Amino acid sequence: MIDTIIKLWSKYDYVYIDGLLGTLWLAAVTVMAATAVGTIIALMRLSGVRLLDRFAGLYICVLRGTPILLQLYFFWLTLPKISPITLSDTACIVIALIVNASAYVAEVIRAGIQAVDKGQKEAAKSLGLSDRNTFRYIVFPQAIKNILPALGNEYITMVKQTSLASVFFVQELMTSYRTVQSATFLAIPSLVIVGVIYLVVTTILSKGLDLFERRLQRNE
Amino acid sequence: MSESKELIHVVDLCKQFGELKVLKNITETIHEGEVVSIIGPSGSGKSTFLRCLNLLGKPTSGKVIFKGVDLADKNIDVDKHRQKIGMVFQLFNVFPHMTVLENITLAPMLERKISKTQAEDQAVELLKRVGLLDKKDEYPTRLSGGQKQRLAIVRALAMEPDVMLFDEPTSALDPEMVKEVLDVIKSLVVAGMTIIIVTHEMAFAREVSDRVLFMADGEIVEQGSPDVLFFDPKNDRTKDFLSKVL
Repeated sequence: MIDTIIKLWSKYDYVYIDGLLGTLWLAAVTVMAATAVGTIIALMRLSGVRLLDRFAGLYICVLRGTPILLQLYFFWLTLPKISPITLSDTACIVIALIVNASAYVAEVIRAGIQAVDKGQKEAAKSLGLSDRNTFRYIVFPQAIKNILPALGNEYITMVKQTSLASVFFVQELMTSYRTVQSATFLAIPSLVIVGVIYLVVTTILSKGLDLFERRLQRNE
Repeated sequence: MSESKELIHVVDLCKQFGELKVLKNITETIHEGEVVSIIGPSGSGKSTFLRCLNLLGKPTSGKVIFKGVDLADKNIDVDKHRQKIGMVFQLFNVFPHMTVLENITLAPMLERKISKTQAEDQAVELLKRVGLLDKKDEYPTRLSGGQKQRLAIVRALAMEPDVMLFDEPTSALDPEMVKEVLDVIKSLVVAGMTIIIVTHEMAFAREVSDRVLFMADGEIVEQGSPDVLFFDPKNDRTKDFLSKVL
C-alpha cells in the first residue's frame, strides 16, 4: 500500500499539486467573499429595517435548509442562462460556494453580535455615543471575540466543501483524485494521498486561527 | 427648591410593554441641584421611569423635556442630549475590552471632541477622586464590584453631565462594598450635582435626598421631603411599603 502510494505520488505529483492549488484558490475566494457577503446579510438581519431583515432571513433559511450539492447544481444550471456575460462552470460553482457559505457566516456574525450583553450598548448610548460609534467601539470589538472561533470552524468547512466542485470537474483536489484514479484504476491510494493533503491544509488553517484567537484574547 | 430652575420636566409620561401599562401619565419636575430618590416595590415602574428620562426606554406617549428640549421628539438628536445626562446601572456595564482609563476617555474623545491628553488628564483627576488611580491601566475584570461601580460613575462624570441618574447602583454589590459606592454618590451630592436615584437603601435616601418619590403600579403615589415621607406618610400603600422595609 505504502509503496503504491509513493509510486503514485512520484508519477502524478503534478496532478495533485495542481489540484491543491485549485483547492486553495477556491477556498481563499470562498472564505473572503463569503465573509463579505455574510457580513452584509448579518447587518441586514440586525438593521431593524423589516424588509431587509425578512429578505436576509429567507436567504439564510433557504440556503441552510437545502443540500449544498443541490445548490451547486442549481447555480450551475441556471446562472449561465440568466447571466449577461458567459460564465464558466468554475465561475458558477464558485458563486454557489460563496452564496452557500455566506448564509452560515451571516448566522455566526449575527449570533456573535447579539451575544454581546445588552447593557454594553445601553451604557454606550447613555454616554451619548452615536449608534455608529456604539457599534464600532463597544459592540463590535466584543462581538468579534464571539465570532472568530465559530467563524474559524466555518472556514474549515468551506475548505472541505470545495471538494464538491469535483462533481463538475472544476480543478481541485478531489478532481485530481478522480483523474489519477481513472488513469490508473487505483482508487484507495489516491484517496489517501488527497486525504492527507486536505488534513495538512485544514490543520495549518486551524492552528493559524488558534494563534490569532489567542492573540486577541491576550489583551483583556 | 421650587425657586431654582427646572432641569427635567416630565409631562403625561406613559410607557406600555404590549398590554401592560408600566407608567401611567406621570407628570413631574426635577430642579437643578435637586437630589431626588425614587423608592417603591419592585415592578412599580421606578427603573422604567428613570430609563425614560434619557430615552433609553422609549415613552409610549408624553414628553420628557430636558433643558427645554423634548427628548421624546423624534426630530431631535437624542444622542447629543444624552451626553449631558449621566447614567449608572445596577450591573455597572463597564466596558470589559478597555482599560479603566480608556473606559473614561472614550466618550469625551469621541463626542466632546477633546484631545487624548486632555481626556486622560481629566480621567486621572476623576480616578483620584474615587480612589482608583492605581487601577488606571487595569482591565475591569480585575476590579471588584464596588470598584467597577465607582469606575462607571466617573465614566459618566467625564461627560460633564447636568444630571446623574442612578438605577439601583448598589443592588448588585456585596454588602461590604455598598458604602464605598454610596460615599462617592454622597460626594456628588455635596458638590451640588442634580441626582435622581432609584434605590432600596432607605437610610441613604433619607440622608441625602431633598425629595423622595414613592412609586407603585406605574404612578407616583406620594412624595415629599424624606422626613415627611418616611415618618408621616399619608397614603396607605406608602405606609404598607415602609412598614415592610424600615
